[in-house]
Amino acid sequence: METFIWIGLGALVLGSYLCLYRIGRGPTAPDRTVAIDILGVILVGFCALLSILTGKGFYMTMAIAWALLSFIGTLALAKFLEGKSLDE
Amino acid sequence: MNETIGAVLIAIGLLFDLFGCIGLVRMPDIYTRLQAATKCVTVGTCFILVGTAVYAALGPMGVKALVCMSFVLITSPTAAHAIARGAYKAGVPLDESSVVDAYAEAADADLGASKGDN
Repeated sequence: METFIWIGLGALVLGSYLCLYRIGRGPTAPDRTVAIDILGVILVGFCALLSILTGKGFYMTMAIAWALLSFIGTLALAKFLEGKSLDE
Repeated sequence: MNETIGAVLIAIGLLFDLFGCIGLVRMPDIYTRLQAATKCVTVGTCFILVGTAVYAALGPMGVKALVCMSFVLITSPTAAHAIARGAYKAGVPLDESSVVDAYAEAADADLGASKGDN
């Protein structure tokens, strides 16, 4: 089981590198915003696998906090792309 | 038994995550990238979290995993919708191979209807 979790962590790191490629290369700003959002969701899965590997519960707490913060950041960026101010 | 089922669910989730990331890199324009990446990665991460809950046999960690899954399931499509709207309003063009622009057609129909009323 431990080997399987290590393989899974490696697969998620590979996915994060693909997201980083799109963040660096993306021709427009929305491309980069999507990649940042996807990177956040992948890191939530990464935290879940870490909590299995180490058996410590606070990684799951970290995953919840990360999911909500990433959502708020993405919404702010999307509002900015639309050309509105943040309190509208 | 719990370990096996959890491992199978996590493996399915990992596959979905990887396919989503490949779609993010390979698709031609922002809207197709958004669709491929957001759908696949949301489902993949939800599978990983359900697998974690099954593996932890609904202990404190498993319940937290389920709560996190419901958050991801609610927030991720909302964020994708907001980004797509923002990208369209910012004037990001569709790829040349696109065949239909339903949003522009709907906006035209709205415009025509309001002109007809006046």
